[in-house]
Amino acid sequence: MGCAKSKEARAAVREAQGKSGPGGRAVAKDHLSSQTLPKNRAGSTSTTLADSRARLWAYIDSHPVVIFSKSTCKCCTEVKKLFKAISVPYFLVELDQAEDGRGLEGALSELTSETDVPVVFVKRRKLGGHGQTLKAYQEGRLQKLLKMNGTEELPETYDYDLIIIGGGSGGLAAAKEAASYNKKVMVLDFVTPTPLGTRWGLGGTCVNVGCIPKKLMHQAALLGQALRDSRNYGWNVEETVKHDWERMTEAVQNHIGSLNWGYRVALREKKVTYENAYGQFVGPHRIKATNNKGKEKIYSAERFLIATGERPRYLGIPGDKEYCISSDDLFSLPYCPGKTLVVGASYVALECAGFLAGIGLDVTVMVRSILLRGFDQDMANKIGEHMEEHGVKFIRQFVPIKVEQIEAGMPGRLRVVAKATDSDNTIEGEYNTVLLAIGRDACTRNIGLETVGVEINKKTGKIPVTDEEQTNVPYVYAIGDILEGKPELTPVAIQAGRLLAQRLYGGSTVKCDYENVPTTVFTPLEYGACGLSEEKAVEKFGEENIEIYHSYFWPLEWTIPSRDNNKCYAKIVCNVKDNERVVGFHILGPNAGEVTQGFAAALKCGLTKDQLDSTIGIHPVCAEVFTTLSVTKRSGGNILQAGCG
Amino acid sequence: MHQAALLGGMMRDAPRYGWEMAQPALHSWRKMAEAVQNHVKSLNWGHRVQLQDRKVKYFNFKASFVNKHTVCGVLKGGKEILLSAEHIVIATGGRPRYPTHIEGAVEYGITSDDLFWLKESPGKTLVVGASYVALECAGFLTGLGLDATIMIRSIPLRAFDQQMASLVTEHMAVHGTRILKGCMPLRVEKLPDGQLQVTWVDLASDRRDMGTFDTVLWATGRVPETRSLNLEKAGVHTDPHTQKILVDAQDATSVPHIYAIGDVAEGRPELTPTAVMAGRLLAKRLCGRSSDLMDYDNVPTTVFTPLEYGCVGLSEEAAVALHGEEGVEVYHAYYKPLEFTVPERDASQCYIKMVCLRNPPQLVLGLHFLGPNAGEVTQGFALALKCGASYEQVMRTVGIHPTCAEEVSKLRISKRSGLDPTVTGCG
Repeated sequence: MGCAKSKEARAAVREAQGKSGPGGRAVAKDHLSSQTLPKNRAGSTSTTLADSRARLWAYIDSHPVVIFSKSTCKCCTEVKKLFKAISVPYFLVELDQAEDGRGLEGALSELTSETDVPVVFVKRRKLGGHGQTLKAYQEGRLQKLLKMNGTEELPETYDYDLIIIGGGSGGLAAAKEAASYNKKVMVLDFVTPTPLGTRWGLGGTCVNVGCIPKKLMHQAALLGQALRDSRNYGWNVEETVKHDWERMTEAVQNHIGSLNWGYRVALREKKVTYENAYGQFVGPHRIKATNNKGKEKIYSAERFLIATGERPRYLGIPGDKEYCISSDDLFSLPYCPGKTLVVGASYVALECAGFLAGIGLDVTVMVRSILLRGFDQDMANKIGEHMEEHGVKFIRQFVPIKVEQIEAGMPGRLRVVAKATDSDNTIEGEYNTVLLAIGRDACTRNIGLETVGVEINKKTGKIPVTDEEQTNVPYVYAIGDILEGKPELTPVAIQAGRLLAQRLYGGSTVKCDYENVPTTVFTPLEYGACGLSEEKAVEKFGEENIEIYHSYFWPLEWTIPSRDNNKCYAKIVCNVKDNERVVGFHILGPNAGEVTQGFAAALKCGLTKDQLDSTIGIHPVCAEVFTTLSVTKRSGGNILQAGCG
Repeated sequence: MHQAALLGGMMRDAPRYGWEMAQPALHSWRKMAEAVQNHVKSLNWGHRVQLQDRKVKYFNFKASFVNKHTVCGVLKGGKEILLSAEHIVIATGGRPRYPTHIEGAVEYGITSDDLFWLKESPGKTLVVGASYVALECAGFLTGLGLDATIMIRSIPLRAFDQQMASLVTEHMAVHGTRILKGCMPLRVEKLPDGQLQVTWVDLASDRRDMGTFDTVLWATGRVPETRSLNLEKAGVHTDPHTQKILVDAQDATSVPHIYAIGDVAEGRPELTPTAVMAGRLLAKRLCGRSSDLMDYDNVPTTVFTPLEYGCVGLSEEAAVALHGEEGVEVYHAYYKPLEFTVPERDASQCYIKMVCLRNPPQLVLGLHFLGPNAGEVTQGFALALKCGASYEQVMRTVGIHPTCAEEVSKLRISKRSGLDPTVTGCG
């Protein structure tokens, strides 16, 4: 598509009169267009990249057709001729003549990843360069684009500055932040019920069917362990304490209810409009909101943010949707699940299996291949071993092929037939509940993205975005679990949402940093991690260039009940060539999340092994183990721990 | 014993999380003490084994100096042994101080050295002192269901951030520890029924008051174990006021080949890990394997009161003293740990504050965390401070959800702004 520079100078451009340029600056302007430009959003007079970006946006947003061109470029001239020939007015920006041409050029290539001119935008969508534009014309696509909503012009004023689809952690964070800049913001949130009919309130996965109920049920399981420990600490507790599922679930759901309410209040206080309705794009800058009674409303907005998140995947086998539950159902299940089969090896699978076993249920996990794909496998296997020692059964290399109901009830009885992954062997088992945790799918296929041309990864349904969370359609942004190649974590979505709103409306240039994002898996023995897994580090730096320091440790609190000696484990991965900089941090032990957070901040500040060694430990806590790591994995030295250092 | 007390709290939480407990559980001091003592004994044993393994000769005797290179030990039978060495390290630590001027203090009172080895419950206890030892002991005694009172003459946790210190004591008061502030004991007497009658004075009103207790615990400070060492025979100087041994950056005393580390050395933080590290580094230097000195800046520590308090770096007062009110920005938040919600625990004192330089990039000077697992939370941030973390960098660190530690990465409200620092929801 590239177009060589031409020495031929064409005088198709006139200097615009001072008044029409943003910030009073002269811009190139086409003779057919007479629209005035909106004010420079950044509001600053210095020529920064942010200014150039804002100006670029202003051009693209305010004109049906924009051509970024250079006055000396032949291909550009051809494209201009084409539009003149079909009598379509266009707005022209001659990058070599505009005052901030270089800045605009930079912003343009950042936005479109095009390095050459021309670049043509039609109805705020990138059409492409010379070749693509001509091709689009030949195939009739250009005419279609131009005719789209042919009778209705793009609205001059929109109902909202920003409409957010999805009221989860990310969407709400962005909404509140945008509203704090006095923007008119709407949030559309709608929960499609699960196959079993479970639904919930505002706040998304984390609050309703994710982190919050999961961690509370994990805490219930930890308290079960605490009750057993407490006898060793002199507390007179009866031998067997039973657990009441319904009482726990009610307490958890009450807390969630108060959070749902809190979010609604917060939105109201910030003057964000909230509609409990399903959003679908129906045209450029237009969205249809359908409520649960089927009533439809159309809203327009200058910008959109997709934050629809993901929902659990089903197996696609006989009986799965009829008889199985997912994590969407588990946390509000009105009856104790009883003997449970958890299908999957994701962190959701292991966390659920862990707390169900912890409150005394008979739990089996069926795993197709490896545990916790994408996580450090050394750590993942240690988690599996610990769970097995604590009564969770594992069936490895099997996948369910059929689920049948033997008896209805609360819970009922189900028969599961499973097939080996490497042979034709089948096995059968009887369970009260089958929980599917085999993965999650992005909610991007039924929100009309094709109508406005937002590209998604056809296979995964995920949305590729720029490092500023922008989709291929410039006025549509996306954050959260639906992003391609980004961590699926609440705080990441929140951070991305806040920073996006600050960039769009607060003149900020700070981008969300997706590097070294810490996370914790709340299995019975918690696993906290930040940075690279051992495998990734080997892949990135080569085995000989990384040094791994590790140690088992025994939390002081566990010595009195004398349990789980040398199960907790700490590991750091260092880059030898970079001053033994810590590139990966891993801990398996109680309160791993609390431990990992501060180290994540340290990793952000370039933590080295030397600094770890010279930092004094806090005694007696688990985290201090990282200040005394001396044995390398390479050495094969003894890493069992005894005494106070 | 702090853990035993925490477990008591967890047992009260458990029914709210669905565990069917018949009645509130009672605590047996005897059982706990036995378990704790057995563990400590196993550690003692472990240390002896380790010394043996490394061929370190261990003598169980009280030593004192004869001259610059010789110490004398007295064995149980009274037999004396003379040992000479090229280098000598003094690491005798400290022992609790008895307020000998108070009538009955030594006779009837105990210290933390005794408390952990008591075979029977101390019963209704008066803890005298405002040190972290005093607060920790009073805290776990209350947590085990005992009637505990703490008597503080002036301020709690001197040298710690005072806002945090008052939140710590506020939390203790709310959770059942009786706190007598501005009071000083005058006399301890034993009543015929064996109980101890304590007379004290309220310093503000000069009014006298009296109370009876089963146990009186002195936690008014610690004295270094230097008096019986005959330091003058070796020429080792001590601070006349604190009686601690004067040391230089190399941990050397006034006699170059005699060193002092740990609680016995003047001006060092009285913390186990500092002593451990100082000992290790000293050994390396003596063997010529390194020249690394101990870095006593930004030493993190945690006070294991019922609500734990972890801190690293400067207190707000110290930061203001160094950089002036105008030069310091303090970010803070009151937060509610998720685990507190279901049992409806009160989180009024769960509080975090980060003390920063005001000028960009707003270097972090101090971090103060009050809440569950404060020690675990603080350790990593101590590293971040060591790496020269700025406010900006901490804010750009993504939180781990849902934890308490993530609140540190979301401290957006500055004290100066006067905005409400209470965290609501997950955002």
